[in-house]
Amino acid sequence: MGVKRRAFLIGGAALIGGGLFGVSWSERAASRRAAKLVAVDKAGVFQTWIRIAEDDTVTIFSPHVDIGQGSLTGLAQMAADELDADWSRIVVESAPVNAAFANAPLAQGFGKELLPFSVPPFLNGIVDSTFAMIARNIPLQVTGGSSTVRATGQMGMRVAGAAARTSLIATAAKRLSVPDSELTTAKSQVIHAKSGRVLRYGELAAEAADLTLTAAPKFKDPKDYRLMGKPIPRLDIPAKVNGSALYGMDVQLPDMRVATILAAPVRGGKLESVDPAPALGVKGVEKVIKLDSSVAVLAKGYWQALTGLKALSPKFSDGGHGALSSASISAAQRAKIKMDKPDHKSGHGDVPAALAASGGKLVEAQYAVPFIHHAMMEPFALTAHFKDGKLELWGGVQDPLHSRKVAAEAAGISVDQVTFHPTIMGGAFGRRLPGFCEIIGQVVQIAKQSPNPVKLIWSREEEVKHGCYRPQASAHLKAALDKDGRIAGWSTDYAQSEDAAGETRFVYDVAAFALRHYEFATNQHDGAWRSVNSNQNGFYCESFMDELALAAGEDPYQFRRKHLPPGSRHLAVLDDAAKRSGWGTPPIAGRGRGMALVESFNTIVAHVIEASVSADGRPRAHKVWSSVDCGQVVNPDGAAAQIMGGIIMALSTCVDEAITLDQGAVVQSNFNDYPILKLAEAPEVDVHFLESTASMGGLGEPGVPPTAPALANAIFAATGKRIRQLPFRNQAKV
Amino acid sequence: MAIDVEVNGRSFSIEADPNTPLLWVIREELRLTGTKFGCGIGACGACSVHVDGEITRSCIIPVAAVAGKSITTIEGISAPNGTLHPVQQAWIDAQVPQCGYCQSGQIMAAVALIRKTARPNPAHIDEAMTNICRCGTYPRIRKAILAATGQAAAAAQETYDGR
Repeated sequence: MGVKRRAFLIGGAALIGGGLFGVSWSERAASRRAAKLVAVDKAGVFQTWIRIAEDDTVTIFSPHVDIGQGSLTGLAQMAADELDADWSRIVVESAPVNAAFANAPLAQGFGKELLPFSVPPFLNGIVDSTFAMIARNIPLQVTGGSSTVRATGQMGMRVAGAAARTSLIATAAKRLSVPDSELTTAKSQVIHAKSGRVLRYGELAAEAADLTLTAAPKFKDPKDYRLMGKPIPRLDIPAKVNGSALYGMDVQLPDMRVATILAAPVRGGKLESVDPAPALGVKGVEKVIKLDSSVAVLAKGYWQALTGLKALSPKFSDGGHGALSSASISAAQRAKIKMDKPDHKSGHGDVPAALAASGGKLVEAQYAVPFIHHAMMEPFALTAHFKDGKLELWGGVQDPLHSRKVAAEAAGISVDQVTFHPTIMGGAFGRRLPGFCEIIGQVVQIAKQSPNPVKLIWSREEEVKHGCYRPQASAHLKAALDKDGRIAGWSTDYAQSEDAAGETRFVYDVAAFALRHYEFATNQHDGAWRSVNSNQNGFYCESFMDELALAAGEDPYQFRRKHLPPGSRHLAVLDDAAKRSGWGTPPIAGRGRGMALVESFNTIVAHVIEASVSADGRPRAHKVWSSVDCGQVVNPDGAAAQIMGGIIMALSTCVDEAITLDQGAVVQSNFNDYPILKLAEAPEVDVHFLESTASMGGLGEPGVPPTAPALANAIFAATGKRIRQLPFRNQAKV
Repeated sequence: MAIDVEVNGRSFSIEADPNTPLLWVIREELRLTGTKFGCGIGACGACSVHVDGEITRSCIIPVAAVAGKSITTIEGISAPNGTLHPVQQAWIDAQVPQCGYCQSGQIMAAVALIRKTARPNPAHIDEAMTNICRCGTYPRIRKAILAATGQAAAAAQETYDGR
């Protein structure tokens, strides 16, 4: 999720003002409400997120959802380590979808990142409370932006764990009549070594939860970590190998019906007419429901609903977008850039002067990327039930709290009448963020027309044709090399729907730099696609660095080194990837190596890819070395998995994926024409983390952006062919 | 019209249109939701089951075609006493799943592969494991299959930060 989206979420609420939504509780009141929602007899609830029961079971309430990134285990590690809890008695549950469990630490994390100044310590409390209030009003329980561990974990879970431990010690000290300093904690027990007396957390929790702490709790020193930094096995994995994990697709309720839907092929078009008879004639079909821009069929089961839907011949309008095609978009974007009148500018120095300077060498290149689909493995499936004026929903979304509000608005009822039961998801990658989940409005309207719970399932065709894609974009890059072969000036002009400034970090030391955005809207809703704009921008920037290196007559690695500050983290990451990949020694005949360095979500990543190109021109990545500096690593196994996963997803995308438009409609329909990379083409991946005490960076997304350019550079090294348009497919054919 | 099938060792008499894909009979009639819907055209493998021991994509086979046959789903591959199949255990040891949605199908495909080839090499694995994974867990799938088939040294070649 990009900066713009976060700013929208936070800023919107700040503008409207905290009190108007009626959620203006003080922090203490909010904590009390949260505690009430998850109260269990004789248990203590600490700082919203942790409940310790009488039998020592520690429940961590996570305001984040599992989209496969394993960060719930990471969050639990952080809370449990600060708490000194017995890991074998830890349970992680979804936080109730209620404003009391709005994710204040996340708002604080996002908010502070957006502030143009550092918050002075004396203001911290006020700023934190303001963001907490904002979190309740947005309302915020979102998972995205590679922020779960670095924001909620650092600011929420660790604080809660440390605060709980401090309270437990204080309570034990009172009960044992000894000073706090004589007590230690381990595995959910408070220990008084002097007397040998031991008190279980479960015996202390109810009383300890009522204590008010006077000072902020202290975090553990890294040398005392027992869980953080360890490759603890993920808590959610066992259910994912035996078929018992329940996704939104798997929700089953008594007397449930199933619906499926077809929306206007050209986005922006409306449903003009449809004769329901052919569907109603299919056994098991109960209703044909006409919506504004789609038609749905309600039946006993999915197959009957789909059969009914396929029997229909609905007529849709095209909303005036019938002339739109990928080719027309491309041409119009290039034309707009040529006009040299950008809508947004950022950068530093005098770029025109640098580019025009005499004695310099001017290098230019144009790049282009298509619309890209999330292609999450689980198609959208949301269940809704209207009963006695109340609405209940079940399913997987990246922000259950906000989705509950959207559902209430769609239903025209108060949010207090709506309950949202979040499930895990079969992938999201940004597809299920608030604002992109059209399925919420659809299922609410369908469920209104049935007394039964209704599960709405999108077919794979509906998924492919009605995505919220990564935007199609065109870019024109220019740079000038001075007589010493150093970059004197650089401009990136790009046309797409969204302004990427603020997200795209230019890491090189260049005196004059300009990033210029040309607005370009289409009928598509542009989505946040894993790593958002760092994706395309990384492709242009890191491909172009190699083109500049070539123009300067230098090795791409040495050329990059020249432009990075000595002693910088970026240089360390680049050097690490070059060393581990054996950059200096050539690969076997027919293979080439390419590198790329991209910083995103506060994490610095360098990939080196070794690849070859087959006779028919298809590139094949054999090995990827990835060096990552994200500050501290909470769970090294999960962290490596996220980087590896991001690389493979990115490879699939740049090798063979494209959503194209023709006559305003999406051409592709399923995995036959939107192919996903298979195991046989997956490279070996070797990830190495350079740990530091720098502020924690994200892991879900940063592995993605350096992939496409590293492969483009490897293809060039192997064949001498520079490819500037994605997907590669067989453009590299010699 | 009733169709008799055996699923995970139990007999069922299914009342459904004979053209209903086996996937939807498994999920909606038998309420076994471990077998997943991913694409509906047999392209992704999330719906993989065993029919008389053979790996089968259940979204493109009508239930009528499996009348009288023996079907095994992900719910049926661990031992009756609950002990995990070695492939399932290897999947946990290698921490394979991320979102997990494709993994039932992946595991069924791996089990079928191993039944045919007791010690599959990387080429065997490439050929048999064509199920799609969007999260990109492929390197760990390779590692888990090698580990499950007594090929620990080869499994150790799949490196990521020393594990």
